[in-house]
Amino acid sequence: MGSRASTLLREEEIEEIKKETGFSHSQITRLYSRFTSLDKGENGTLSREDFQRIPELAINPLGDRIINAFFPEGEDQVNFRGFMRTLAHFRPIEDNEKNKDPTASEPLNSRSNKLLFAFRLYDLDRDDKISRDELLQVLRMMVGVNISDEQLGSIADRTIQEADQNGDNSISFNEFIKVLEKVDVEQKMSIRFLH
Amino acid sequence: FERHFSIIFNVLHLKISDYATHSVIYLCCSSLLFPGLIQREGGSMEQEMGELRRYRTQSISRGEFALSDSFYFYRKGLESIVDDQVTQRFSSEELVSWNLLTRTNHNFHYISLRLTIIWGLGVIIRYCVLFPLRITLAIIGISWLVIGTTLVGFLPNRRVKNWLSELVHLMCYRICARGLSATIQYHNKNNKPQKGGICVANHTSPIDIVILANDGCYAMVGQSHSGLMGVIQRSMVRSCPHVWFERSEMRDRHAVTSRLRAHVAAKRNLPILIFPEGTCINNTSVMMFKKGSFEIGGTIYPVAIKYDPRFGDAFWNSAKYNMVSYLLRMMTSWAIVVNVWYLPPMTRQEGEDATKFANRVKSAIAHQGGLLDMAWDGSLKRDKVKEEFKEHQQKMYSSMVVGTKARNSQEPHTESTKS
Repeated sequence: MGSRASTLLREEEIEEIKKETGFSHSQITRLYSRFTSLDKGENGTLSREDFQRIPELAINPLGDRIINAFFPEGEDQVNFRGFMRTLAHFRPIEDNEKNKDPTASEPLNSRSNKLLFAFRLYDLDRDDKISRDELLQVLRMMVGVNISDEQLGSIADRTIQEADQNGDNSISFNEFIKVLEKVDVEQKMSIRFLH
Repeated sequence: FERHFSIIFNVLHLKISDYATHSVIYLCCSSLLFPGLIQREGGSMEQEMGELRRYRTQSISRGEFALSDSFYFYRKGLESIVDDQVTQRFSSEELVSWNLLTRTNHNFHYISLRLTIIWGLGVIIRYCVLFPLRITLAIIGISWLVIGTTLVGFLPNRRVKNWLSELVHLMCYRICARGLSATIQYHNKNNKPQKGGICVANHTSPIDIVILANDGCYAMVGQSHSGLMGVIQRSMVRSCPHVWFERSEMRDRHAVTSRLRAHVAAKRNLPILIFPEGTCINNTSVMMFKKGSFEIGGTIYPVAIKYDPRFGDAFWNSAKYNMVSYLLRMMTSWAIVVNVWYLPPMTRQEGEDATKFANRVKSAIAHQGGLLDMAWDGSLKRDKVKEEFKEHQQKMYSSMVVGTKARNSQEPHTESTKS
């Protein structure tokens, strides 16, 4: 009479994921059920098609970018660990975490890691700079066919001009952080998980 | 006698189910099921964008795009990956308390010896006592349907034939319902569908037909099958008109509509039974109604069907189970407990198109049955979502970017280098 979902996920794995991502035990098992329900091929990994089967994600203008974020460089499948690691970026920041372990590495859901996640969704070629072209690509995805190339170009130019401080006509990660320093990233880039 | 037995049985079952729930809570099982995995926050796109852009101290006329705009889409996207409203409708509902059926046991771990013993007893009762009884009844029911309708078909006289045909149909469906241990409660019988009308209902499983036909006679609409189903269909048609389509005919919408219209126009024909969702949904929500049924004309009699999930999961997940294994599962559940509400008849109003009318009927059914009213199409079970929805989102967002562009065109641009 054991539960079918948990028997495939060993206790040690749950502990490791807990340490790495900060999710609680029950959240991990529930997310594992979700993972298996998305995994139509039942091979323990998700492919891009599995994500695209979610209608609400398919109609999201930036859906493809988000799906990409789950897959490591050049790979087509993501396992449960990778799935959780990406989801961990959207875990809300809790106050008591700051006291836990000052020597441990920064948790995945810290403010700067959340911003790094968003930065990487713009910076496709991973050169640590958002170039004009990369910005235009994302803009184009968000507005579809409703805005002309010229208008979009000038919007992109304006945005880079505002953010750029060292004059290289692109936005580095530090410039990105500076522009968004007043945005409530903790709230806007977090999902409220129920225990 | 059977009525009393089923009442006692139901009461007993509820008591056991409550006990199981309490012992679970008492033992603080960490994987108690909750209705949702996340709490969705945030308002409309406009609201969220407004909040995200609040930090901008520059005037709005300098362009409405902010790097943080994309955060809205990221969060929405991640929320839908964790828990989305649509794909969960195509699999069985998760229950808050366990009803001693392994098939609804998703996240429960092994709890206690007592519970296992009770569960074991339940298995014995269900498989060894209830199941053989039900199978016998089902076989009797179906064979009587075939034999009875064929016999009635030989009669020439109109009135006697109709009366006899109704009798035969009702009897068979009642036997079949007993074969599933179905306890049906009909509400508002005064709104029952009349001859020459169209009855629409939400669809959870093929058993819906048995449930509705227990209380009245309907003309069925559907595809003609081969094999056992085909035999049943052909014999049913002998005693009173049903509408069976060949597979090729179904694709031609006009042919379908005109045939149904002809059936409805003949006022003496039985009301047609249609399930406008087009596919089985898991009884927690009502998905988009296909407008085809609402273009036929005539009076629509909406019916809401709600199964009680504590006694058995009635949803037919056609991707996971075929018809036979589904029926076997039904016959080894505790019982099927259903509430059927007959809603007052509706007709299409002046200037209302078929889609609006369909949505109006859908809301009424969802409201009565306590189901979620959803605009998503049930065919998303198998098909991809239409591009239009994404384009709609893009259009909404563009209007937020372009918003004050009219003002901007007067400002001189000094930086307009195109690389």
